[in-house]
Amino acid sequence: MTTGRPQGTGLLEVDGLTAGYGAAPVLHDVDLTVGAGRIVAVLGANGAGKTTLLRTISGLLPAAAGRITFDGVDLRGVKVERMVRHGIAHVPEGRGVVTELTVDENLRLGNLWRRRPKKRGGLDEIYDLFPALAGRKNHLGHQLSGGERQMLAIGRALAARPRLLLLDEPSLGLAPKLTAQILGLLRDLRDRTGLAVLLVEQNVRSALSIADEGVVLNLGRIAARERADKLAGDADLRHAYLGF
Amino acid sequence: MDRFLYLTFDGLSRGAVYAAFALALVLIWRAARIVNFAQGAMAVATAYAGYSVADATGSYWLGFLVAVTGGLVLGAVVERVVMRFVDHSSPLNGVVVALGLVLIIQGVLGMIYGDGYRPAPAPFSRDAFEIGGIAILSRYDLFVFAAVGAVVVLLTLLFTRTATGLRMRAAAFAPDVSRLLGVPVGGMLTLGWALAAAVGSLAGMLVLPTELGLHPNAMDLLFVSAFTAAVVGGLDSPVGAVVGGLVVGLLLAYVGGYLGATVAPMAVLVLLVVVLLGRPDGLFARAKARTA
Repeated sequence: MTTGRPQGTGLLEVDGLTAGYGAAPVLHDVDLTVGAGRIVAVLGANGAGKTTLLRTISGLLPAAAGRITFDGVDLRGVKVERMVRHGIAHVPEGRGVVTELTVDENLRLGNLWRRRPKKRGGLDEIYDLFPALAGRKNHLGHQLSGGERQMLAIGRALAARPRLLLLDEPSLGLAPKLTAQILGLLRDLRDRTGLAVLLVEQNVRSALSIADEGVVLNLGRIAARERADKLAGDADLRHAYLGF
Repeated sequence: MDRFLYLTFDGLSRGAVYAAFALALVLIWRAARIVNFAQGAMAVATAYAGYSVADATGSYWLGFLVAVTGGLVLGAVVERVVMRFVDHSSPLNGVVVALGLVLIIQGVLGMIYGDGYRPAPAPFSRDAFEIGGIAILSRYDLFVFAAVGAVVVLLTLLFTRTATGLRMRAAAFAPDVSRLLGVPVGGMLTLGWALAAAVGSLAGMLVLPTELGLHPNAMDLLFVSAFTAAVVGGLDSPVGAVVGGLVVGLLLAYVGGYLGATVAPMAVLVLLVVVLLGRPDGLFARAKARTA
């Protein structure tokens, strides 16, 4: 088991990050690296700080201490709305589909950070990835099922052409088959396009099945960092932190 | 029957102005969840500026342009300098600040222009054409319909056909998600206020020539009617604002025409109360489905 600081080779580098809400930090001295074309799963119990980690990386929460760099760029002080320009797309917990807009409008939003959005912005490609959405282009977000909303949120993030996808609990409320389908898609995208994914997931088995590396958060600190297959096989660690 | 026709057209013409003004209120409500009670005072301020320019240059249209652009600028300034810093944890905060703005604007206008009525001439004749012996519409009424129609069409195109319109809607409905997608939410809010205030100024320029003229309080009564129109339509619905405006215009015309002008403002308040009791979300509010 290695919990030492990672080598500085990643696309995303988090160094000694302390962050949280108000005066009480949730995360303490967190180090993390996500290389290009890698899927890193962040695991841990409720309240371990997984969502806080993603929200701090994408700038929704300020960092109290530490450094976050993306492709060599220091992200401290970069506004949330500029993150997507740097190549970071964040699918928040609860999915964040704009329920008052149609499926097509939601997808187009993914492409709107460009000053001059491309006419169709490669949306056909997204519809190819999620055929279920193609038939519902003009449905409003609130008319979609939970699974469709998740696909829409991920599709919209992909429409932004990110190099790093921050994904918060994609399996929440989804049938296992759909979860497997979505995770399989992420694996394909990683292999095909070199997309990097920082995946927060309660469903440990599924997450580790596609991840290259697993990071276990416990009470806001990194408790373990391990190759995904080794982590899945480490019974002590599983019992201690992951509950299976 | 003649009288009914006359009142109907009169009501539609007034209603078109209420519709435009209600649209301005809806724009800000959708963007910021604030009823901009200062909308009337802001519109009067820009109308004073417009008519000052018109008087100085002799060109009504230059004045008209100044009033509407002035609205654009004033709206942006009010959002950037005042409203952005209001604590929105209670809806009353925004209301109180807006009412404070009303007092300031009306006070300043009174200091500069005095308390008397100043003439606000119309750019077209307000004498109605006679069709089949009934005086129905004037050139000025046609101008009002055309101007309000153009605003409705342009706003519809903006919101449904352009990237900026989509950004504005997304920023209003889901600010955090929009930020993550790279939408400059603060900028969209400023733009929303600017557009709304410009539409309000346009409505002011359209209505002032049909009333007593320019006065710091000249839009107070119109604000009540337009606010009622917006609530009747559902504060969230642009279509509702237009329909609500026409309904209020017709109501005022019929009640004023058949029961007397003094009863008309009361009818508007009765309508407001009835709608608030019966359908508080307005006639055009979509079914509640805005969670998750």
